Amino acid sequence: MSNAADDMIPLTLAGDGASVNIEGPRTTTSLRFRRSPLASPEEQIRQLEAVDLAVGPTQSGNFFADVSHSGWPTLKPAQLDIFQINLGKLCNMTCRHCHVDSGPDRTKENMDRATVDACIEAIEKSGAHTVDLTGGAPELNPNFEYLVDRVTQMGKHVIDRCNLTILTVRRYQHLPAWFAKRGVEVVCSLPHYRKLGTDAQRGDGTYEKSLKALKMLNEVGYGQGDPRRKLTLVTNPVGAFLAGNQASLETEWKDALKKNHDVSFDTLIALNNMPMSRYLEWLLEKGKLDEYMHRLLDAFNPSTIAGLMCRNTLSVSWDGKMYDCDFNQQLEMEIDFPGEERLHVRDFDLDKWLQHNIRTERHCYGCTAGAGSSCGGAITE
Amino acid sequence: MDTYYKPEHLPKFGTIAEGNKELADAFFAYYGKVFEDGALTAREKALIALAVAHTIQCPYCIDAYTSGSLEKGADLEQMTEAVHVATAIRGGASLVHGIQMLDKVKDMTM
Repeated sequence: MSNAADDMIPLTLAGDGASVNIEGPRTTTSLRFRRSPLASPEEQIRQLEAVDLAVGPTQSGNFFADVSHSGWPTLKPAQLDIFQINLGKLCNMTCRHCHVDSGPDRTKENMDRATVDACIEAIEKSGAHTVDLTGGAPELNPNFEYLVDRVTQMGKHVIDRCNLTILTVRRYQHLPAWFAKRGVEVVCSLPHYRKLGTDAQRGDGTYEKSLKALKMLNEVGYGQGDPRRKLTLVTNPVGAFLAGNQASLETEWKDALKKNHDVSFDTLIALNNMPMSRYLEWLLEKGKLDEYMHRLLDAFNPSTIAGLMCRNTLSVSWDGKMYDCDFNQQLEMEIDFPGEERLHVRDFDLDKWLQHNIRTERHCYGCTAGAGSSCGGAITE
Repeated sequence: MDTYYKPEHLPKFGTIAEGNKELADAFFAYYGKVFEDGALTAREKALIALAVAHTIQCPYCIDAYTSGSLEKGADLEQMTEAVHVATAIRGGASLVHGIQMLDKVKDMTM
């Protein structure tokens, strides 16, 4: 499967950490590259609002109204457990469902060292026990290893949200052993344990590269039950349906990957796709947005509200702005701190964070559907 | 009634309780129990249901268990194999009766 070209990323790092011409599995291009109207958050929200949604608890299609009706007159944070940093939109892949609209062309949005340092200071003040790194491919940010080193030295649990294929690129092949040494949890995207769905969503050749990367992680001790070498896989539906039962899927995935490829992992998390960005584009192209929104509303589950990730997570973007989650971040819904203040991460204040009201729009129905969906997987079993 | 099959009947399946709630409740409780993870996984049961749906040629069931199989983590290749299992059994069921024909032919002819 592999040839020399596959193994090389012709990476040109600019002064700001941007890089260009990254080779990797491709199934589409970014909305921004195509100048699609859906590249704008306003257009995405307009499309969601245009769906006639006279279903759900209040039959209003208003997420906050449905939450209030379910016994939550306000939606506020509980406590700050997870400090999530989106290091940038640059990625070697262009997956069809990407909510970040990442891709090789997103070279400009990359967190610089000053903002990384501001995050580190904020992490110290936050009391968060976990630092969750995402992107794009977070590994492509030139400050990635610096950041991981600093926060692991602070005793924080670090999660790298990894697309797997990046680990097969020569420049990044040292990372599995490097992660193992620092006890970094690797949370990897793999939509299906078989080839068909994985390549359909993430690009031809992704499955083979993903297996290669998983074997590299297994070889350095990941996926064998060691809490310092935790390997988590993330599945999300390859289409217009909801995530299956996480526990049931995990058993099957473990058996199938072991039997077919001698690959092991520790945990499977199952996420719903959020109706936004490139997944929203796909739903609109298929004429399935209406059906999908009704599916989410029909499955509205009030018992997921307490465990919503916006209640225990702070999400910071590459330019240091603060959000309730990575989805709100991509929709540019910045946190309104008390007094309608918008703060940069260098001015992070835990008390203000605890007091703010979480911002919601219709995409939020993705997190309350079925067993619920968060960056940590299902919310209720 | 302009047509025998209507897609909107599937999501209304529960309204069958209007005529007899007790029997409907008993049926749906049993139905739900059947499809839980057991000695067979929920995915395996969804694939069996998909194959049976093709055998009995029930469009409601094909609709429901195409979605159901995907949601339970099956992919197109697995689902197509399930449909071929149904097809093989159906075809085989016809063909094996050919032995009855063969016996009869042998009985009746020189």
